[in-house]
Amino acid sequence: MSNGQLKPPVNEKDHRTGPADAPVTLVEYGDYECPHCARAHPIITEVRRRLGDNLSFVYRNFPLREAHPQAEHAAEAAEWAGDSGKFWEMHDALFEHRSDGPGWLDDDRLLRYASDLELDAADLERALIEERYHPRVRGDFMSGVRSGVNGTPTFFINGQRYDGAWELPELLDALEGAGAAR
Amino acid sequence: MSAKAESGNTQKSRNNGGDSQAGGHTEKLLHPGAEAPDFTLNSTPDQTVSLSEFRGQPVILAFYPADWSPVCGDQMALYNEILPEFRKLGAELLGISVDGTWCHAAFKDARGLQFPLLSDFEPKGKVCRMYGAYRDDDGMAERALFVIDKDGTIAWSYCSPVGVNPGADGILSALEELHEPAEKEGA
Repeated sequence: MSNGQLKPPVNEKDHRTGPADAPVTLVEYGDYECPHCARAHPIITEVRRRLGDNLSFVYRNFPLREAHPQAEHAAEAAEWAGDSGKFWEMHDALFEHRSDGPGWLDDDRLLRYASDLELDAADLERALIEERYHPRVRGDFMSGVRSGVNGTPTFFINGQRYDGAWELPELLDALEGAGAAR
Repeated sequence: MSAKAESGNTQKSRNNGGDSQAGGHTEKLLHPGAEAPDFTLNSTPDQTVSLSEFRGQPVILAFYPADWSPVCGDQMALYNEILPEFRKLGAELLGISVDGTWCHAAFKDARGLQFPLLSDFEPKGKVCRMYGAYRDDDGMAERALFVIDKDGTIAWSYCSPVGVNPGADGILSALEELHEPAEKEGA
């Protein structure tokens, strides 16, 4: 059993912002179609801004495909962009375009976001058809399952699952308590 | 067990019946080593499923309080997602609640669930009670998990606080244990 421990620990395959030797690492398992993750996104952005180099943030995919049929392709699109060094740009776009209304994760929109980032949308289209990034996304998902993730978003602070509230004040308190001074 | 489940067990106090102490729920469940009681329940208005049909392969029984849990990361959606891994380990998954078959049908359809939901509806909660997984105080099933081996013996059981999704790690560990008992850590 996991005992709420992150398995595997953060490693070089992860998408990470902030310094690798930051005193606190926050890991999120998320789903781009999940409304709760969308609500968490600006909170995380603010936490990153406030804590600066004291925080390292890692995002792993946990798409619940049956409940969120577009979450898998969205996750694959972010991974695809990551291979061109633009994971975080795509990550932000996938959450932020939610305000465009229904259909913001349709495949043709994903291609448009790729073009917006000056990436090769035709290659993204092929990658989605070939499910080129599915193994990576599924690997993230199963690591979440084995780490005790049971829904999204689920957070880990320094490798230990964080079950507390993730509104800005509570999350800041928890991160500072774990060693990230502002 | 997960830290989330443990903390939930002591912190949640929505239970009115007084058995919400840590470990209290799990105490009344049928334990590993017990023979899994056979049952026949409706999976649809005109189809039934019996536990004994699955003799020869592991079975996961997932008792849960009610259809239509209002969170998107809910337990049944998660299990639906992990179904390929359960099946790779040779196991079938059966969800069980006291909801009626029409309710199950609508829920299953809405969530795209790819495994049977059994209706412990009449007499209400009979199978839940056989497994020690009935909540007398509110008339629903516990959030209880059982892994039953190919010979019909309970290999692992776990009862989560009703408001806490127990996840799937415990089930996967128990199924792996059935495959390679010497190598994996115990549940």
